[in-house]
Amino acid sequence: MTRFSWAALARGALRGHRAWTPQWRSPDRPQPDYDAVIVGGGGHGLATAYYLAKEYRLGRIAVLEKGWIGGGNTGRNTTIIRSNYLFPESAALYDHAVQLWEGLSAELNYNVMFSPRGVLMLAHSHHDVQSGLRHVHANRLAGVDNEWLTPAEAKAFCPPLDIATPRWPVFGAALQRRGGVARHDAVAWGYARAASALGVDIIEGCEVTGITRDAAGVTGLETSKGPVRARRIGVVAAGSTSLVMAMAGLRMPLESFPLQALVSEPVKPVFPCVVMSNTVHAYISQSDKGELVIGAGTDQYPSYSQAGGVQILGHTLEAICELFPIFRRMRMLRAWGGIVDVTPDRSPIIGLTPVPGLFVNCGWGTGGFKATPGSGHVFAATIARGEPHPIAAPFSLDRFTTGQLIDEAAAAAVAH
Amino acid sequence: MLLIRCPWCGERPEIEFRHAGEAHLARPAAATDAEWAAYLYERANPRGWARERWRHAHGCGRFFNARRHTLTDCIAATYAPGEEPPP
Ligand SMILES: Cc1cc2nc3c(=O)[nH]c(=O)nc-3n(C[C@H](O)[C@H](O)[C@H](O)COP(=O)(O)OP(=O)(O)OC[C@H]3O[C@@H](n4cnc5c(N)ncnc54)[C@H](O)[C@@H]3O)c2cc1C
Repeated sequence: MTRFSWAALARGALRGHRAWTPQWRSPDRPQPDYDAVIVGGGGHGLATAYYLAKEYRLGRIAVLEKGWIGGGNTGRNTTIIRSNYLFPESAALYDHAVQLWEGLSAELNYNVMFSPRGVLMLAHSHHDVQSGLRHVHANRLAGVDNEWLTPAEAKAFCPPLDIATPRWPVFGAALQRRGGVARHDAVAWGYARAASALGVDIIEGCEVTGITRDAAGVTGLETSKGPVRARRIGVVAAGSTSLVMAMAGLRMPLESFPLQALVSEPVKPVFPCVVMSNTVHAYISQSDKGELVIGAGTDQYPSYSQAGGVQILGHTLEAICELFPIFRRMRMLRAWGGIVDVTPDRSPIIGLTPVPGLFVNCGWGTGGFKATPGSGHVFAATIARGEPHPIAAPFSLDRFTTGQLIDEAAAAAVAH
Repeated sequence: MLLIRCPWCGERPEIEFRHAGEAHLARPAAATDAEWAAYLYERANPRGWARERWRHAHGCGRFFNARRHTLTDCIAATYAPGEEPPP
């Protein structure tokens, strides 16, 4: 693996960019035996494998991905990063991730283009203001930055915003300055490259079709590329988690919904930050390529169709055009959907399962990209030690039995 | 957008309806914490044929059940609550 640096880039350029080699090893088939297997090669799965290899030096690790790495929600999301959730448990989890984001490009020696340009969450009613202020105060008590802006201050922070539209007047906004966006593909590739360099086998086109068990716990997996033995399995399969866990006989507190996003034609830099509106279910930022990246809501019914209803996109674009009249004449280039796994309390599930050796990291729903480094980090610790990392502990699967839910419906209400 | 047949009002566009979760979940009379959690929260979430509740919220307001394929979103049948699901 070539280490990236100014000198390496200059050498590559002088050779006409013909000497670059693949960034990670791509074995065609899995080995028959591993110490730990991660099911799902999205950002969370790859990050888990990376931290398992780096911090816990667990021997032989594989990531099995049925398609291509980052081809699931990791490569389909609108990349909003923030940590302004309501409860202290969530603040600890998401802020752990933001802290890792801040040093991630250096850690991975790969530019993930983390851009903390500020996330503005709009209030359009008296109730939005109360809820927004409650979040600001809760965040500050938990040591997470979040501040309240008047409508005029919001306009100054984001000039394209119309604060006086008759339909969606802006009554104020919460601003998390440390929030922002990152390049989703680079996150998957960066973790894959760094994990591979530490010896992790990343096997694409390898679908897990069964989980085998004996009285002591899991013994391995059936895959489309043959059986694999492993005493530790971490399932990180997002929208497909219910299906994979059913292979071990478990029913999960999850439902899978299509969530959509779309991008416009690229234009010159016009949009300085991220803006989200919970009330109208729309959120928007501008990518470095110049496209407006717009996120819509979920369909109302569970589905694996990976498409989503067209009326959902229409609803979002109506709201975007009302809030930002300057975008009315923009053309949209592409729309797509991903399947997100939603829990009853809109918080993720990270930890042990009733089956020894089987671990799960799921339920990130519409908003798990922001947590990728933190999620991988605490999940790796959980798998390596066989007990929950302290930050992960409140997010255990058994909270649905104990009743200790972490209800983030307000913080996660908008699909992002 | 789906076209959904309300058993009482006939075919209407999806926006008249509200999805209301997995169908045929029986509320246990007495339950351990684990059984109660299973009833409240655990769902089949199948990739394939699912049975689910809908409500004709902007129509007659009544609940009914549907059999829908979650990969194609094709609805094979809708039927009144209390009726046996079609095969
Ligand atoms: C349109 C959209 C917009 C979003 N916007 C945001 C946002 O702005 N901010 C934010 O924080 N989050 C956002 N999210 C959510 C975010 O994308 C996800 O929470 C996050 O990417 C989940 O990462 P993951 O690695 O767990 O899942 P994925 O990237 O989906 O990875 C799971 C992998 O498991 C694989 N897999 C499944 N079944 C099997 C099997 N049987 N065998 C082998 N492999 C299998 C899949 O192929 C997939 O690659 C958005 C999601 C969508 C769809």
